[in-house]
Amino acid sequence: MTALLEAQHVSKVFGAGLVQKTETVALQDFSFTISGETPSVTAIVGESGSGKTTLVRLLLGLTAPTTGEVLYRGKDLRQLSSQERRSYLGDVQAIFQDPFEVFNPFYKVDHVLESPIRNFGLAKSKQARRALMVEALSAVGLQATETLGRFPHQLSGGQRQRIMVARALLLRPRLIIADEPVSMVDASLRATILNSLLKLNREFGISLIYITHDLTTAYQISEDIIVLYRGAMAEAGNIQLVVRQPEHPYTRLLVGSIPLPDPDEPWQGERALGQPATDLQPAGDSYCAFHRRCPYAMPICVEEAPPLFRTAPHRVSACYLYREAPTVASDHIDEIFGSARREQTATIPIAESDRVMG
Amino acid sequence: MPENEVLRVEGLRVYYHTQAGPVKAVDGVSFALQPGERFGLVGESGSGKSTIALSLLRLIKPPGRIEDGRVALAGIDLLELDDEAMRRTRLAKISLVAQGAMNSLNPVKRIREQIALGLRDHGAALHDRAFDRFLTELLEKVGLGRNVADMYPHELSGGMKQRVCIAIAISLQPQVIVADEPTSALDVVVQWQVIDTLRQVQAELGAAVIQIGHDMGLMAHSVDRIGVMYAGKLVEVARVRALFSRPLHPYTQLLIASLPSLEGKGDLQAIGGSPPSLLNPPAGCPFHPRCPYVMDRCKVVMPPLREIQPGHLAACHLYEAI
Repeated sequence: MTALLEAQHVSKVFGAGLVQKTETVALQDFSFTISGETPSVTAIVGESGSGKTTLVRLLLGLTAPTTGEVLYRGKDLRQLSSQERRSYLGDVQAIFQDPFEVFNPFYKVDHVLESPIRNFGLAKSKQARRALMVEALSAVGLQATETLGRFPHQLSGGQRQRIMVARALLLRPRLIIADEPVSMVDASLRATILNSLLKLNREFGISLIYITHDLTTAYQISEDIIVLYRGAMAEAGNIQLVVRQPEHPYTRLLVGSIPLPDPDEPWQGERALGQPATDLQPAGDSYCAFHRRCPYAMPICVEEAPPLFRTAPHRVSACYLYREAPTVASDHIDEIFGSARREQTATIPIAESDRVMG
Repeated sequence: MPENEVLRVEGLRVYYHTQAGPVKAVDGVSFALQPGERFGLVGESGSGKSTIALSLLRLIKPPGRIEDGRVALAGIDLLELDDEAMRRTRLAKISLVAQGAMNSLNPVKRIREQIALGLRDHGAALHDRAFDRFLTELLEKVGLGRNVADMYPHELSGGMKQRVCIAIAISLQPQVIVADEPTSALDVVVQWQVIDTLRQVQAELGAAVIQIGHDMGLMAHSVDRIGVMYAGKLVEVARVRALFSRPLHPYTQLLIASLPSLEGKGDLQAIGGSPPSLLNPPAGCPFHPRCPYVMDRCKVVMPPLREIQPGHLAACHLYEAI
């Protein structure tokens, strides 16, 4: 069975053009599969420069990988026929960060819902079209009477973003790629949008890739997580394991830097990690990207980039601290995902030592 | 004015006059700051928090206008000052780290020149040697090396640029620093660094800080007291611990409950409804259309902000009996 969407050893290198002489590796040897059979929710978390936006663009076919390939039902995105391209667009939908920019201010909001219905011939009559729109809107908790016939500026950011979710739903895709869907939406409305995304996952069996910089919302809605650092996987696996008991020093730093809405919780920031170890100098091109900030850096970290060590059945860490564990080839990474579906993992306690380190 | 206050805002009203009528961005806001205190103003977009920041420095531009109120800095009402006196007050006595300040640095001037600019405007120009020493100390305070002085903004990361803006804001040792979303658009690790820097310089200077933002988690860790804004009004003011452990206003309660945590997973609690239109705000309490405890009175009368528990103020009819 070929997977719905698959990234195979994808790398993306920018630069080395006329103006900029140095190359920037935005994403390095990234492999990941969405089977499309069991609905999954995977968070891809990283800071700016981690390569998450590049990954979205690659998965949507908006940019081509430098090496490796992105496959839709076994076929490279760049080689899809127009027929296959339509089928891809029907199966894979995206929701973007800015709910203000995706609307044309001169059109009523009906327009963004009508276009996919028309383009994909989903409805034969005006009534059927309206029925589809009303149904999609109600699935995301919006009432047609409060939204249809209005202009974008008459709606709040939260309402607009939910309309984008409704639009994605119209095509009944197998996968929705949501790129920071709530980062520009007010706190009081975030929960509503995330809940509507989760509902699509549960009720319509749509898989989600949730791209974000925010570990807390990722934790709330996702089953699996991939933590990206400078274009490479730092840690991945079951989200409860990774977030509550982070292994990779970078993940520990990230978790320790979250200001939790409780003044009694410690907010460690950099203190969560401590001082970087030594001035290790990489010998060649292959090294751990985190070594300069890492208090545990060892000579081996600058000799070769760490592989993925499988420290538990459902998690991997790209860190030599765990070099006792067996390694996993990057294209076999999918073996560690999906644990939340297969077995109900009990709630894992937060490792105190990790939040209050140093 | 009591001795232990450095800033007192009373009945501040700021309206934006649009063709459709006045937008009441800030509608009768009062609060006071003690020297060295860190006060957080939280609210969603459109709640009026940034408008307050700009009003305190009298930087509101048409169609906006300060309609009414007092902004007393060490006893002097800033709204009464002439333009020249106000210009001298800015930066020297009250300074602003504006929203997205790091992008306001001049791209073709070295950091040294940009810091010197503020000093010169305030007649505090120093000779080269003395200025060098001053610059080194100032940059050190915000955790930057002295080599940064000779760099251009594009050579600095976002967090470093934001620290330069903090350095400029404290260069004349103001009594009050207004920081409007000082860490928005910064990564979570850098966010911690910038807040940590702000906290250190503020403590060293003994300046009061008004930190404006929407991130309740960040507020929980960076201020002493929080004011919650809703539709141009302050609806709750309390010390941080009291606000998070016993929020009084239903909006604050729901807002805190809707924050994602790393505790139990599950459906996030959402606040129903939409933020109010400021052009045509609901009558009575602006939160009443979304409030789970709404009573008839809420639809007619705006409850005043008053002290419900010692030091804990809320504007809600639920506590009328107290």
